[in-house]
Amino acid sequence: METLERLLSQHPFFKELGGEYMQLVTGCASNVRFEPDQFIFREGTEANQFYLIREGRVALQLFSPERGHITIETLGEGDILGWSWLIPPYSWHFDAKALDLTRAIALDGKCLRRKCEDDHNLGYELLKRFSHIMGQRLESTRLQLLDLYGVRS
Amino acid sequence: MVPRPYVVKRMRKDTVDTFTLELGPKDGRSRFSFAPGQFNMIYIYGVGEVPISICGDPSSSTLVHTTRAVGAVTKAMSKLRRGDIVGIRGPFGTSWPVEQARTRDVVVVAGGIGLPPLRPALYHLLAHRDAYGKVVLLYGTSTPDDILFKEELENWRARFDLEVFVTVDRGTPGWRGNVGVVTTLITKAGFDPTNTIAMIVGPEVMMRFTALELMKRGVKAETIYVSMERNMKCGIGLCGHCQFGPLFTCKDGPVFRYDQIKDLLVKWEI
Ligand SMILES: Cc1cc2nc3c(=O)[nH]c(=O)nc-3n(C[C@H](O)[C@H](O)[C@H](O)COP(=O)(O)OP(=O)(O)OC[C@H]3O[C@@H](n4cnc5c(N)ncnc54)[C@H](O)[C@@H]3O)c2cc1C
Ligand code: FES
Repeated sequence: METLERLLSQHPFFKELGGEYMQLVTGCASNVRFEPDQFIFREGTEANQFYLIREGRVALQLFSPERGHITIETLGEGDILGWSWLIPPYSWHFDAKALDLTRAIALDGKCLRRKCEDDHNLGYELLKRFSHIMGQRLESTRLQLLDLYGVRS
Repeated sequence: MVPRPYVVKRMRKDTVDTFTLELGPKDGRSRFSFAPGQFNMIYIYGVGEVPISICGDPSSSTLVHTTRAVGAVTKAMSKLRRGDIVGIRGPFGTSWPVEQARTRDVVVVAGGIGLPPLRPALYHLLAHRDAYGKVVLLYGTSTPDDILFKEELENWRARFDLEVFVTVDRGTPGWRGNVGVVTTLITKAGFDPTNTIAMIVGPEVMMRFTALELMKRGVKAETIYVSMERNMKCGIGLCGHCQFGPLFTCKDGPVFRYDQIKDLLVKWEI
Protein backbone atom coordinates (compact mmCIF):
# COMPACT_ATOMS: atom_id res chain seq x y z
CA MET A 1 0.00 0.00 0.00
CA GLU A 2 2.79 2.35 0.95
CA THR A 3 4.54 1.91 -2.40
CA LEU A 4 1.25 2.37 -4.26
CA GLU A 5 0.63 5.61 -2.39
CA ARG A 6 4.14 6.78 -3.19
CA LEU A 7 3.80 5.86 -6.86
CA LEU A 8 0.44 7.60 -7.11
CA SER A 9 1.51 10.74 -5.32
CA GLN A 10 4.56 11.08 -7.56
CA HIS A 11 2.40 11.06 -10.68
CA PRO A 12 1.60 14.53 -12.08
CA PHE A 13 -2.09 13.61 -12.21
CA PHE A 14 -2.30 13.46 -8.41
CA LYS A 15 0.07 16.38 -7.81
CA GLU A 16 -0.92 18.40 -4.73
CA LEU A 17 -4.00 16.29 -4.05
CA GLY A 18 -3.27 16.28 -0.34
CA GLY A 19 -2.39 13.42 2.03
CA GLU A 20 -5.90 12.62 3.20
CA TYR A 21 -7.28 12.29 -0.34
CA MET A 22 -4.21 10.40 -1.47
CA GLN A 23 -5.00 7.79 1.14
CA LEU A 24 -8.61 7.58 -0.05
CA VAL A 25 -7.46 7.16 -3.65
CA THR A 26 -4.84 4.58 -2.69
CA GLY A 27 -7.59 2.60 -0.99
CA CYS A 28 -9.15 2.15 -4.44
CA ALA A 29 -5.86 1.26 -6.22
CA SER A 30 -4.20 -2.00 -7.21
CA ASN A 31 -1.30 -3.12 -9.40
CA VAL A 32 -2.22 -4.81 -12.66
CA ARG A 33 -0.33 -6.32 -15.59
CA PHE A 34 -1.40 -7.07 -19.15
CA GLU A 35 0.30 -9.33 -21.67
CA PRO A 36 0.88 -8.11 -25.24
CA ASP A 37 -2.39 -8.22 -27.22
CA GLN A 38 -4.49 -8.67 -24.08
CA PHE A 39 -7.61 -6.52 -24.02
CA ILE A 40 -7.79 -4.24 -20.99
CA PHE A 41 -11.39 -3.38 -21.71
CA ARG A 42 -13.87 -3.80 -24.54
CA GLU A 43 -16.30 -1.34 -26.05
CA GLY A 44 -19.78 -1.47 -24.52
CA THR A 45 -18.74 -3.19 -21.30
CA GLU A 46 -19.11 -1.60 -17.88
CA ALA A 47 -16.47 1.02 -17.11
CA ASN A 48 -15.46 0.67 -13.52
CA GLN A 49 -11.77 1.54 -13.57
CA PHE A 50 -9.18 3.88 -14.86
CA TYR A 51 -5.50 3.12 -15.24
CA LEU A 52 -2.27 4.90 -14.71
CA ILE A 53 0.17 3.29 -17.13
CA ARG A 54 3.54 2.64 -15.51
CA GLU A 55 5.19 0.75 -18.33
CA GLY A 56 4.26 -0.49 -21.80
CA ARG A 57 1.88 0.79 -24.45
CA VAL A 58 -1.86 0.57 -24.95
CA ALA A 59 -3.84 1.02 -28.18
CA LEU A 60 -7.30 2.57 -28.05
CA GLN A 61 -9.24 0.95 -30.84
CA LEU A 62 -12.58 0.86 -32.56
CA PHE A 63 -13.79 -2.10 -34.52
CA SER A 64 -15.36 -1.53 -37.90
CA PRO A 65 -16.62 -4.50 -39.93
CA GLU A 66 -15.16 -2.91 -43.09
CA ARG A 67 -11.75 -1.93 -41.71
CA GLY A 68 -11.18 -4.22 -38.74
CA HIS A 69 -9.56 -2.88 -35.56
CA ILE A 70 -8.64 0.77 -36.07
CA THR A 71 -6.21 2.29 -33.62
CA ILE A 72 -7.31 5.81 -32.71
CA GLU A 73 -4.53 6.58 -30.31
CA THR A 74 -1.77 4.89 -28.37
CA LEU A 75 -0.97 5.66 -24.77
CA GLY A 76 2.19 4.90 -22.87
CA GLU A 77 4.19 5.33 -19.71
CA GLY A 78 2.76 8.04 -17.49
CA ASP A 79 -0.54 8.31 -19.38
CA ILE A 80 -3.97 7.98 -17.84
CA LEU A 81 -6.27 5.49 -19.56
CA GLY A 82 -10.05 5.76 -19.32
CA TRP A 83 -12.56 8.26 -18.08
CA SER A 84 -15.83 6.50 -18.84
CA TRP A 85 -16.00 5.35 -15.20
CA LEU A 86 -16.67 8.98 -14.30
CA ILE A 87 -19.53 9.78 -16.65
CA PRO A 88 -22.87 7.95 -16.92
CA PRO A 89 -23.72 5.46 -18.36
CA TYR A 90 -20.32 4.21 -17.18
CA SER A 91 -19.54 2.06 -20.20
CA TRP A 92 -16.43 1.96 -22.39
CA HIS A 93 -16.64 3.66 -25.78
CA PHE A 94 -13.50 2.05 -27.17
CA ASP A 95 -11.48 -1.12 -26.89
CA ALA A 96 -8.15 -0.87 -25.10
CA LYS A 97 -5.49 -3.42 -25.98
CA ALA A 98 -1.98 -3.78 -24.54
CA LEU A 99 0.57 -3.61 -27.36
CA ASP A 100 3.52 -4.55 -25.18
CA LEU A 101 3.75 -6.04 -21.73
CA THR A 102 1.98 -3.32 -19.76
CA ARG A 103 2.07 -2.61 -16.05
CA ALA A 104 -0.39 -0.16 -14.61
CA ILE A 105 -2.11 0.94 -11.45
CA ALA A 106 -5.85 0.29 -11.73
CA LEU A 107 -8.14 2.60 -9.81
CA ASP A 108 -11.53 1.27 -8.89
CA GLY A 109 -14.01 3.70 -10.38
CA LYS A 110 -17.03 2.45 -8.43
CA CYS A 111 -15.14 2.91 -5.18
CA LEU A 112 -13.97 6.38 -6.27
CA ARG A 113 -17.43 7.45 -7.46
CA ARG A 114 -18.81 6.60 -4.04
CA LYS A 115 -16.09 8.57 -2.33
CA CYS A 116 -16.63 11.52 -4.68
CA GLU A 117 -20.39 11.51 -3.92
CA ASP A 118 -19.61 11.55 -0.20
CA ASP A 119 -17.03 14.30 -0.53
CA HIS A 120 -17.64 16.76 -3.35
CA ASN A 121 -14.29 18.43 -2.83
CA LEU A 122 -12.59 15.19 -3.80
CA GLY A 123 -15.04 14.89 -6.70
CA TYR A 124 -14.17 18.41 -7.88
CA GLU A 125 -10.43 17.73 -7.59
CA LEU A 126 -10.72 14.59 -9.72
CA LEU A 127 -13.02 16.27 -12.25
CA LYS A 128 -10.55 19.16 -12.65
CA ARG A 129 -7.74 16.70 -13.33
CA PHE A 130 -9.78 14.66 -15.79
CA SER A 131 -11.01 17.81 -17.56
CA HIS A 132 -7.39 18.76 -18.13
CA ILE A 133 -6.65 15.37 -19.70
CA MET A 134 -9.84 15.47 -21.78
CA GLY A 135 -8.85 18.93 -23.02
CA GLN A 136 -5.42 17.66 -24.06
CA ARG A 137 -6.88 14.62 -25.83
CA LEU A 138 -9.44 16.79 -27.61
CA GLU A 139 -6.69 19.13 -28.81
CA SER A 140 -4.63 16.19 -30.08
CA THR A 141 -7.66 14.71 -31.82
CA ARG A 142 -8.41 18.02 -33.51
CA LEU A 143 -4.83 18.21 -34.79
CA GLN A 144 -5.10 14.61 -36.00
CA LEU A 145 -8.32 15.50 -37.87
CA LEU A 146 -6.64 18.40 -39.65
CA ASP A 147 -4.57 16.00 -41.75
CA LEU A 148 -1.73 18.48 -41.40
CA TYR A 149 0.74 16.61 -43.53
CA GLY A 150 -1.54 16.35 -46.56
CA VAL A 151 -0.84 18.37 -49.71
CA ARG A 152 -2.38 21.83 -49.55
CA SER A 153 -5.05 22.28 -52.19
CA MET B 1 23.56 34.06 -59.62
CA VAL B 2 23.58 31.46 -62.40
CA PRO B 3 22.56 27.87 -61.60
CA ARG B 4 25.44 25.41 -61.67
CA PRO B 5 24.70 22.16 -63.55
CA TYR B 6 24.51 19.02 -61.43
CA VAL B 7 24.03 15.44 -62.64
CA VAL B 8 21.50 13.08 -61.08
CA LYS B 9 23.64 10.23 -59.76
CA ARG B 10 20.81 8.35 -58.10
CA MET B 11 17.06 8.62 -57.84
CA ARG B 12 15.19 6.78 -55.10
CA LYS B 13 11.46 6.64 -54.48
CA ASP B 14 10.87 6.90 -50.74
CA THR B 15 7.08 6.87 -50.57
CA VAL B 16 4.20 7.21 -53.01
CA ASP B 17 4.86 10.96 -53.43
CA THR B 18 8.35 11.52 -52.05
CA PHE B 19 11.71 10.84 -53.67
CA THR B 20 15.39 11.41 -53.01
CA LEU B 21 17.90 12.73 -55.52
CA GLU B 22 21.64 12.34 -55.14
CA LEU B 23 23.44 14.94 -57.22
CA GLY B 24 27.04 15.63 -58.16
CA PRO B 25 28.56 18.65 -59.99
CA LYS B 26 28.57 18.05 -63.77
CA ASP B 27 32.07 19.47 -64.10
CA GLY B 28 33.38 16.82 -61.70
CA ARG B 29 34.70 19.42 -59.25
CA SER B 30 33.81 19.00 -55.57
CA ARG B 31 30.51 20.30 -54.35
CA PHE B 32 30.18 23.36 -52.10
CA SER B 33 30.02 22.89 -48.36
CA PHE B 34 26.82 23.69 -46.51
CA ALA B 35 25.54 24.01 -42.97
CA PRO B 36 22.66 21.82 -41.68
CA GLY B 37 19.36 23.61 -42.31
CA GLN B 38 20.39 25.45 -45.47
CA PHE B 39 18.57 25.03 -48.77
CA ASN B 40 19.27 25.13 -52.49
CA MET B 41 17.24 26.55 -55.35
CA ILE B 42 16.85 23.62 -57.74
CA TYR B 43 16.15 24.51 -61.35
CA ILE B 44 14.39 21.99 -63.55
CA TYR B 45 15.27 23.27 -66.99
CA GLY B 46 12.23 24.50 -68.88
CA VAL B 47 9.90 24.06 -65.90
CA GLY B 48 10.97 26.23 -63.00
CA GLU B 49 12.94 26.59 -59.80
CA VAL B 50 12.05 25.52 -56.24
CA PRO B 51 13.70 25.88 -52.83
CA ILE B 52 14.53 22.49 -51.33
CA SER B 53 16.46 21.88 -48.11
CA ILE B 54 19.68 19.97 -48.28
CA CYS B 55 19.03 16.65 -46.64
CA GLY B 56 22.24 14.65 -46.86
CA ASP B 57 25.27 14.29 -44.66
CA PRO B 58 27.29 17.54 -44.58
CA SER B 59 30.47 15.46 -44.69
CA SER B 60 29.56 13.30 -47.73
CA SER B 61 30.62 14.20 -51.27
CA THR B 62 27.17 14.08 -52.90
CA LEU B 63 24.34 16.54 -52.57
CA VAL B 64 21.11 14.94 -51.38
CA HIS B 65 17.58 16.35 -51.61
CA THR B 66 14.38 14.63 -50.52
CA THR B 67 11.31 16.16 -52.09
CA ARG B 68 7.60 15.64 -52.08
CA ALA B 69 5.90 15.99 -55.45
CA VAL B 70 3.12 18.53 -54.89
CA GLY B 71 3.00 20.76 -57.98
CA ALA B 72 4.43 21.60 -61.38
CA VAL B 73 8.13 21.76 -60.54
CA THR B 74 8.35 19.05 -57.90
CA LYS B 75 6.31 16.68 -60.09
CA ALA B 76 8.73 17.30 -62.97
CA MET B 77 11.58 16.66 -60.53
CA SER B 78 10.03 13.33 -59.55
CA LYS B 79 10.44 12.18 -63.18
CA LEU B 80 14.19 12.81 -63.28
CA ARG B 81 16.39 9.83 -63.94
CA ARG B 82 20.06 8.99 -63.51
CA GLY B 83 22.18 11.14 -65.82
CA ASP B 84 19.66 14.01 -66.09
CA ILE B 85 20.90 17.52 -65.39
CA VAL B 86 19.46 20.11 -62.99
CA GLY B 87 20.66 23.60 -62.09
CA ILE B 88 21.63 24.37 -58.52
CA ARG B 89 21.98 27.72 -56.79
CA GLY B 90 22.96 27.78 -53.16
CA PRO B 91 23.45 27.00 -50.41
CA PHE B 92 21.22 29.70 -48.97
CA GLY B 93 19.82 30.73 -45.66
CA THR B 94 20.44 30.31 -41.97
CA SER B 95 21.29 27.01 -40.31
CA TRP B 96 20.46 24.95 -37.23
CA PRO B 97 22.25 26.11 -34.05
CA VAL B 98 24.40 22.98 -33.77
CA GLU B 99 27.32 24.89 -32.24
CA GLN B 100 25.17 26.64 -29.68
CA ALA B 101 23.60 23.31 -28.76
CA ARG B 102 26.95 21.88 -27.62
CA THR B 103 26.81 20.45 -24.08
CA ARG B 104 23.02 20.69 -24.08
CA ASP B 105 20.22 18.19 -24.72
CA VAL B 106 18.82 18.44 -28.23
CA VAL B 107 15.22 17.68 -29.15
CA VAL B 108 14.53 17.37 -32.87
CA VAL B 109 10.85 17.36 -33.84
CA ALA B 110 9.87 16.56 -37.44
CA GLY B 111 6.41 16.50 -39.00
CA GLY B 112 5.87 14.85 -42.41
CA ILE B 113 8.26 16.18 -45.05
CA GLY B 114 9.89 18.15 -42.18
CA LEU B 115 12.29 15.29 -41.53
CA PRO B 116 14.61 15.89 -44.53
CA PRO B 117 15.57 19.46 -43.52
CA LEU B 118 16.52 18.14 -40.07
CA ARG B 119 18.53 15.17 -41.26
CA PRO B 120 21.83 17.06 -41.77
CA ALA B 121 21.51 18.37 -38.21
CA LEU B 122 21.05 14.79 -36.94
CA TYR B 123 24.10 13.66 -38.93
CA HIS B 124 26.08 16.47 -37.37
CA LEU B 125 24.89 15.69 -33.84
CA LEU B 126 25.72 12.00 -34.28
CA ALA B 127 29.12 12.74 -35.84
CA HIS B 128 29.98 14.86 -32.80
CA ARG B 129 27.94 12.82 -30.35
CA ASP B 130 30.21 13.43 -27.33
CA ALA B 131 29.68 17.18 -27.59
CA TYR B 132 25.96 16.93 -26.77
CA GLY B 133 23.78 15.77 -23.91
CA LYS B 134 20.73 13.68 -24.71
CA VAL B 135 19.62 13.66 -28.32
CA VAL B 136 15.97 12.92 -29.06
CA LEU B 137 14.16 12.62 -32.39
CA LEU B 138 10.36 12.88 -32.40
CA TYR B 139 8.84 12.21 -35.80
CA GLY B 140 5.18 12.32 -36.74
CA THR B 141 3.61 11.70 -40.11
CA SER B 142 0.22 10.82 -41.64
CA THR B 143 0.32 7.04 -41.99
CA PRO B 144 2.90 4.24 -41.68
CA ASP B 145 3.28 4.31 -45.49
CA ASP B 146 4.47 7.92 -45.31
CA ILE B 147 7.38 7.26 -42.95
CA LEU B 148 10.59 8.44 -44.58
CA PHE B 149 14.04 6.89 -44.19
CA LYS B 150 12.63 3.78 -42.46
CA GLU B 151 15.88 1.85 -42.51
CA GLU B 152 17.86 4.75 -41.14
CA LEU B 153 15.26 5.32 -38.40
CA GLU B 154 15.59 1.65 -37.42
CA ASN B 155 19.37 2.01 -37.22
CA TRP B 156 19.09 5.18 -35.20
CA ARG B 157 16.58 3.56 -32.87
CA ALA B 158 19.04 0.76 -32.20
CA ARG B 159 21.64 3.22 -30.92
CA PHE B 160 22.01 3.70 -27.20
CA ASP B 161 22.86 7.37 -27.54
CA LEU B 162 19.79 8.51 -29.47
CA GLU B 163 16.13 8.29 -28.47
CA VAL B 164 13.80 7.91 -31.45
CA PHE B 165 10.01 8.09 -31.23
CA VAL B 166 7.78 7.77 -34.29
CA THR B 167 4.04 8.31 -34.43
CA VAL B 168 1.41 8.44 -37.15
CA ASP B 169 -1.90 10.30 -37.27
CA ARG B 170 -3.68 7.29 -38.75
CA GLY B 171 -2.63 3.69 -38.20
CA THR B 172 -3.12 0.98 -40.79
CA PRO B 173 -4.01 -2.66 -40.06
CA GLY B 174 -0.94 -4.37 -38.66
CA TRP B 175 0.73 -1.15 -37.47
CA ARG B 176 1.92 -1.68 -33.89
CA GLY B 177 3.67 1.65 -33.48
CA ASN B 178 2.36 4.83 -31.93
CA VAL B 179 -0.79 6.58 -33.14
CA GLY B 180 -1.39 10.22 -32.21
CA VAL B 181 -0.05 13.63 -33.08
CA VAL B 182 3.65 14.31 -32.72
CA THR B 183 3.07 16.70 -29.78
CA THR B 184 1.99 13.73 -27.64
CA LEU B 185 5.55 12.39 -27.85
CA ILE B 186 7.01 15.38 -26.03
CA THR B 187 6.04 14.09 -22.60
CA LYS B 188 7.53 10.68 -23.44
CA ALA B 189 11.03 11.87 -24.24
CA GLY B 190 13.69 12.21 -21.56
CA PHE B 191 15.45 15.57 -21.71
CA ASP B 192 16.21 18.46 -19.39
CA PRO B 193 13.91 21.29 -20.52
CA THR B 194 16.05 23.92 -18.81
CA ASN B 195 19.09 22.89 -20.82
CA THR B 196 17.63 21.97 -24.19
CA ILE B 197 17.82 23.25 -27.73
CA ALA B 198 14.80 22.25 -29.82
CA MET B 199 14.67 22.17 -33.62
CA ILE B 200 11.29 21.82 -35.32
CA VAL B 201 10.18 21.44 -38.94
CA GLY B 202 6.73 20.67 -40.24
CA PRO B 203 3.52 22.40 -41.22
CA GLU B 204 3.12 25.71 -39.39
CA VAL B 205 0.26 24.53 -37.18
CA MET B 206 2.32 21.54 -36.10
CA MET B 207 5.32 23.78 -35.32
CA ARG B 208 3.17 26.16 -33.26
CA PHE B 209 1.62 23.40 -31.17
CA THR B 210 4.96 21.64 -30.78
CA ALA B 211 6.59 24.83 -29.53
CA LEU B 212 3.69 25.37 -27.10
CA GLU B 213 3.99 21.85 -25.77
CA LEU B 214 7.76 22.21 -25.35
CA MET B 215 7.23 25.47 -23.49
CA LYS B 216 4.66 23.77 -21.23
CA ARG B 217 7.42 21.33 -20.35
CA GLY B 218 9.70 24.23 -19.48
CA VAL B 219 11.73 24.78 -22.66
CA LYS B 220 12.26 28.52 -23.24
CA ALA B 221 11.08 30.10 -26.50
CA GLU B 222 14.65 31.44 -26.99
CA THR B 223 15.99 27.90 -27.25
CA ILE B 224 13.41 26.69 -29.77
CA TYR B 225 14.20 26.95 -33.50
CA VAL B 226 11.84 26.40 -36.43
CA SER B 227 12.33 26.32 -40.19
CA MET B 228 9.82 28.33 -42.20
CA GLU B 229 8.63 27.88 -45.76
CA ARG B 230 7.53 30.69 -48.04
CA ASN B 231 7.35 30.89 -51.82
CA MET B 232 10.72 31.98 -53.15
CA LYS B 233 12.13 33.38 -56.33
CA CYS B 234 15.61 34.87 -55.96
CA GLY B 235 16.65 33.07 -52.76
CA ILE B 236 19.08 35.85 -51.88
CA GLY B 237 17.00 38.65 -50.36
CA LEU B 238 16.39 40.72 -53.50
CA CYS B 239 12.87 40.12 -54.79
CA GLY B 240 10.70 40.13 -51.66
CA HIS B 241 8.76 37.01 -52.66
CA CYS B 242 9.50 35.23 -49.40
CA GLN B 243 8.62 38.14 -47.14
CA PHE B 244 7.43 37.12 -43.69
CA GLY B 245 6.45 40.29 -41.83
CA PRO B 246 9.63 42.34 -41.62
CA LEU B 247 11.77 39.32 -42.44
CA PHE B 248 12.89 37.57 -45.60
CA THR B 249 12.64 33.82 -45.23
CA CYS B 250 15.46 33.16 -47.71
CA LYS B 251 18.00 35.43 -46.01
CA ASP B 252 16.91 35.85 -42.37
CA GLY B 253 15.68 32.24 -42.34
CA PRO B 254 14.61 29.60 -43.10
CA VAL B 255 15.77 28.70 -39.59
CA PHE B 256 14.41 31.22 -37.09
CA ARG B 257 14.51 31.41 -33.32
CA TYR B 258 10.93 30.84 -32.20
CA ASP B 259 10.66 33.87 -29.90
CA GLN B 260 11.60 36.11 -32.85
CA ILE B 261 8.73 34.95 -35.05
CA LYS B 262 6.06 33.54 -32.76
CA ASP B 263 3.89 36.65 -32.96
CA LEU B 264 4.10 36.61 -36.76
CA LEU B 265 2.99 32.98 -36.87
CA VAL B 266 -0.46 33.83 -35.53
CA LYS B 267 -1.00 36.84 -37.83
CA TRP B 268 -3.29 35.67 -40.64
CA GLU B 269 -2.37 38.60 -42.85
CA ILE B 270 1.27 37.52 -43.18
C1 LIG C 1 13.41 26.98 -47.41
C2 LIG C 1 12.53 25.91 -47.98
C3 LIG C 1 12.92 24.59 -47.91
C4 LIG C 1 12.10 23.60 -48.43
N1 LIG C 1 12.51 22.30 -48.35
C5 LIG C 1 11.77 21.33 -48.89
C6 LIG C 1 12.22 19.97 -48.85
O1 LIG C 1 13.28 19.65 -48.33
N2 LIG C 1 11.43 19.03 -49.42
C7 LIG C 1 10.22 19.35 -50.02
O2 LIG C 1 9.54 18.47 -50.51
N3 LIG C 1 9.78 20.62 -50.04
C8 LIG C 1 10.52 21.61 -49.52
N4 LIG C 1 10.08 22.91 -49.59
C9 LIG C 1 8.79 23.17 -50.24
C10 LIG C 1 8.95 23.24 -51.75
O3 LIG C 1 9.75 24.35 -52.07
C11 LIG C 1 7.58 23.37 -52.42
O4 LIG C 1 6.86 22.18 -52.22
C12 LIG C 1 7.74 23.65 -53.89
O5 LIG C 1 8.20 24.96 -54.07
C13 LIG C 1 6.42 23.49 -54.61
O6 LIG C 1 6.60 23.84 -55.96
P1 LIG C 1 5.75 23.18 -57.12
O7 LIG C 1 5.99 23.97 -58.34
O8 LIG C 1 6.03 21.73 -57.23
O9 LIG C 1 4.28 23.31 -56.61
P2 LIG C 1 3.31 24.56 -56.78
O10 LIG C 1 2.77 24.50 -58.18
O11 LIG C 1 4.00 25.78 -56.33
O12 LIG C 1 2.18 24.15 -55.74
C14 LIG C 1 1.27 23.10 -56.07
C15 LIG C 1 0.35 22.76 -54.92
O13 LIG C 1 1.11 22.25 -53.82
C16 LIG C 1 0.88 22.97 -52.65
N5 LIG C 1 2.13 23.05 -51.92
C17 LIG C 1 3.19 23.84 -52.24
N6 LIG C 1 4.16 23.65 -51.36
C18 LIG C 1 3.73 22.71 -50.47
C19 LIG C 1 4.28 22.10 -49.33
N7 LIG C 1 5.49 22.40 -48.89
N8 LIG C 1 3.53 21.18 -48.65
C20 LIG C 1 2.29 20.86 -49.07
N9 LIG C 1 1.72 21.41 -50.14
C21 LIG C 1 2.42 22.33 -50.84
C22 LIG C 1 0.40 24.33 -53.11
O14 LIG C 1 -0.45 24.92 -52.14
C23 LIG C 1 -0.36 23.99 -54.36
O15 LIG C 1 -1.67 23.58 -54.07
C24 LIG C 1 10.87 23.93 -49.05
C25 LIG C 1 10.47 25.26 -49.11
C26 LIG C 1 11.28 26.25 -48.58
C27 LIG C 1 10.85 27.66 -48.65
S1 FES D 1 13.19 34.85 -52.37
FE1 FES D 1 13.65 36.80 -53.10
S2 FES D 1 13.80 37.93 -51.28
FE2 FES D 1 13.60 35.91 -50.57
